[in-house]
Amino acid sequence: MNNLLEKLERVLGMSDTGSLNGLEYEFNPIPGEVEVVQVAFKDREELPIYLTQSESQMLCICYLWDDEEVISDKRAEMLEVMLDMNIPMPLSSFGRIGSRYTIFGALSLESSAESIARELTVLSDNALDAIDAMSEYLN
Amino acid sequence: MEFFKKLITAIRGGSRELGEAVLDTQGIRIYEQEIEDAKEAIKKAESDLTGVMAKNMQAGREIERLEKEVASYESKALSALDQDNEALAGEVAEKIAELEVELETQRIAKDKFSAHVDSVKEMIKQTHAKIREHEREISMVKTTDNVHKAAKSINQHIDGGSSKMVAAKESLERIKHRQQDDSDRMVASESLNDELSGESLENKLKAAGIGDESDRKKQVLERLKAKRKGNEN
Repeated sequence: MNNLLEKLERVLGMSDTGSLNGLEYEFNPIPGEVEVVQVAFKDREELPIYLTQSESQMLCICYLWDDEEVISDKRAEMLEVMLDMNIPMPLSSFGRIGSRYTIFGALSLESSAESIARELTVLSDNALDAIDAMSEYLN
Repeated sequence: MEFFKKLITAIRGGSRELGEAVLDTQGIRIYEQEIEDAKEAIKKAESDLTGVMAKNMQAGREIERLEKEVASYESKALSALDQDNEALAGEVAEKIAELEVELETQRIAKDKFSAHVDSVKEMIKQTHAKIREHEREISMVKTTDNVHKAAKSINQHIDGGSSKMVAAKESLERIKHRQQDDSDRMVASESLNDELSGESLENKLKAAGIGDESDRKKQVLERLKAKRKGNEN
């Protein structure tokens, strides 16, 4: 498996800081058992994107909110809205890891620089829009 | 189908090592070996298939040749009968009978080759489907396990304070506030630019002798001239 950070640098042709589709970013590798790279966009540092890759795909994940933040009697409605939104939402889908709700995009390992750049910026835009749209279900 | 259920049970059960909960490491290796073996079997079957298909085609050509030969001898036998040469017709009939035995043998062989080709093709199709299924299952196990491990690193990173996990609505408010600041700054900077460029335009107009000041001079001069004219009168 190729080193993810090296691959990002090679594919995107950039170092650990730069600009993607007009958004300034900073790459930051996270230590752990598997390779994870955090991508933080300037002015959106609270919602970083985490990149990781398995043998078959590259995953871009953004944590949205924790289960604890969900207004309990609106939970079922929120889940239905998330399911309804999954298809129309460009390039991203909702998911959950443990108790944290996420928005994520999956890419082929052979994805082009344009695809990765678009995935990251669209995912970040989708994350902001999703929280904005779903805030009525959150504390 | 069964595999999906296993994976759901493992995820719902909050298993720490998801990959291992569904298939242990040894199990994954065995699975991967099975896939490799199946791929090898397909390669061999495809190579065998080429040989059988070639034999099938050869048998087809042989049948065609024998059929033509039978037809040719039949016509010769009929000519002999037309000449009332029963003995010659009998000899030809014997030859035809021999050819027909050979023809039947070839037809049986061709049917066997065809059946073999069909069964090998079906086996290859089924093996491909099985490989696809196994590869998808392994990919699901590995991805789930990978995401689980990645999430562990991310959580440690967040909880370790390197990157704080703030409530979603609060994050959004902060981001919106910053974006509004940026947008305000941009508007302010644009209006400042307008003012600055406006001033410089004023200067340019002055330099060219156009504008309020030169008009005022002109008006004063005109007034003075008119005054002097009035005094002279």
